[in-house]
Amino acid sequence: MKYTITLGALAALSLAGIAPSAAAQGKPAAEKHHMKPMHAMPAMKAAPDPTTADFEKFREVLEDDNPAELFEQKGKELWTMKRGPKNASLEQCDLGLGPGVVKGAYVKMPRYFADVDQVMDAERRIVYCMETLQGFKAADLAKKPFSSDSSTPDPVSLTTYVAGQSRGMKLAIPQKNPKEREAFEVGREIFHYRAGPYDFSCATCHGEDGKRIRTQVLPNLSSKSGAMAATQGWPGYRMTGGLMHTIQWRMNDCFRQQRFPEPGYVSQTITDLLTYMAVNANGQVYKGPGIKR
Amino acid sequence: MDMLRRTILKGASVSGVLSVALAAGVLKPGQVLAADWNKSAFDSKDLDGAMKGLGATAATESKDIVLKAPDIAENGAVVPVDVASNIPNTSELSILVVKNPFPLSTTFHFSNGAIPEAAVRLKLAQTSVVKVVAKADGKFYTAQKEVKVTVGGCGG
Amino acid sequence: MADPMKIRAQMKGDAAEIRVLMSHPMETGQRKDGAGKVIPAHFIQSVTVTVNGKTVVDGQIGTSVSRNPVFGFRVKGAKAGDKVVVSWVDNTGDKRSDETAIN
Repeated sequence: MKYTITLGALAALSLAGIAPSAAAQGKPAAEKHHMKPMHAMPAMKAAPDPTTADFEKFREVLEDDNPAELFEQKGKELWTMKRGPKNASLEQCDLGLGPGVVKGAYVKMPRYFADVDQVMDAERRIVYCMETLQGFKAADLAKKPFSSDSSTPDPVSLTTYVAGQSRGMKLAIPQKNPKEREAFEVGREIFHYRAGPYDFSCATCHGEDGKRIRTQVLPNLSSKSGAMAATQGWPGYRMTGGLMHTIQWRMNDCFRQQRFPEPGYVSQTITDLLTYMAVNANGQVYKGPGIKR
Repeated sequence: MDMLRRTILKGASVSGVLSVALAAGVLKPGQVLAADWNKSAFDSKDLDGAMKGLGATAATESKDIVLKAPDIAENGAVVPVDVASNIPNTSELSILVVKNPFPLSTTFHFSNGAIPEAAVRLKLAQTSVVKVVAKADGKFYTAQKEVKVTVGGCGG
Repeated sequence: MADPMKIRAQMKGDAAEIRVLMSHPMETGQRKDGAGKVIPAHFIQSVTVTVNGKTVVDGQIGTSVSRNPVFGFRVKGAKAGDKVVVSWVDNTGDKRSDETAIN
């Protein structure tokens, strides 16, 4: 299937409230085809430098008792509690495996949901359930969607709980439905889409092996071996600030760091990007909510 | 009840409230510990003051204290530190972060079968020596290690 | 009210390993908020662990302990089924107590 990439990506960016600046600047579409073929050439994994090796050693210690578990616990409570204007729990929420089935659902999202005729990632689906089952307003949830010193938004705890219920399972993001394949293609395009004042794309930092920011190694998310790094460890307890964050926050912050306009909370753009990155990691084992620097 | 008596004997207004609470059965003995907090040691802004507060100024170096901490911490906000003492009759372990605004971070008393060891996670404001002080049979022993704190990237 | 702790207590060899996760800001009193005002210190000051009602660890805690603290201890002479209670009190008087059985 030949996919008309440019229009799809631009449409997705527009949906997210982003003015595609490359287009606005009148750059010809051809100029942005820097994308690397994503065929699986497993990146050669060099032995980590001593600093990275030391980080990894103690990371295991940190993962062993991860405060993320506190948020899983909280999320479970929120899942079963009757809440919202409709005074309902989320126990009838369909995460793709049937109403109420949480186990194993996270490693199969983003996926196509027939009831909305859309591809949704986990947090987007949870917000959808909070809207439809409990009567919460998505616009209200989008006002303060990320954790701060003073609060952890409910969808963050809920997503952490749902993710924890797929611990140790293999990623199996479906690509049967045409919309799922479209999400992948659009996601790939967004990943390589250069824009903003610095002419950055996700691929600028995450499209090659061996890049780093200060002491942090940046995974090559376009490679088969590096792609798992985009899924692994999210939702993640972030040591800086001691806050629980989902991958929605990570995507939002990457957009900010690229000096892109902020994507909409749980927007299609993010779902598409997540689809691209997660499909590349299919077959690898998801270890559950993690710990991040 | 020794600890209780100490708390009440301090005679501060806090103790008054506490003794009322105790009398009313609101608090159990274990819960008055916060009032027993070693204020002079914890409030010290330098190592000497903290050691003095612990009564440990005469501490001698010991190879029988185990201190596990990273050489370089990935993030100073969460530095895993494991301490243990192989000195017989160790009843107390304190951990100090020398360069922190308030160096004393924890003091643990062990009893009733607890092995004198603890795993904690500490904030390091900057690269610093981490110091352990063990108390055994009324004597103090110490060991230390430097932990470097780096500036990181954008956080996974 | 403070969120519940997460306690794991397991026999490992001849000792019970007790690991605790606590939900607490552990605010140092050194930080400023967005408006430049100092955020008041708010931190756990004491942690106690009991096994079958007997105190095994009495801990005094300062502001250097990380946000959402994690503690690990080992206790000899404990056995599967014993009741472990962990309690904390912070500098504002807030407190929390949770329990589990050793497995």
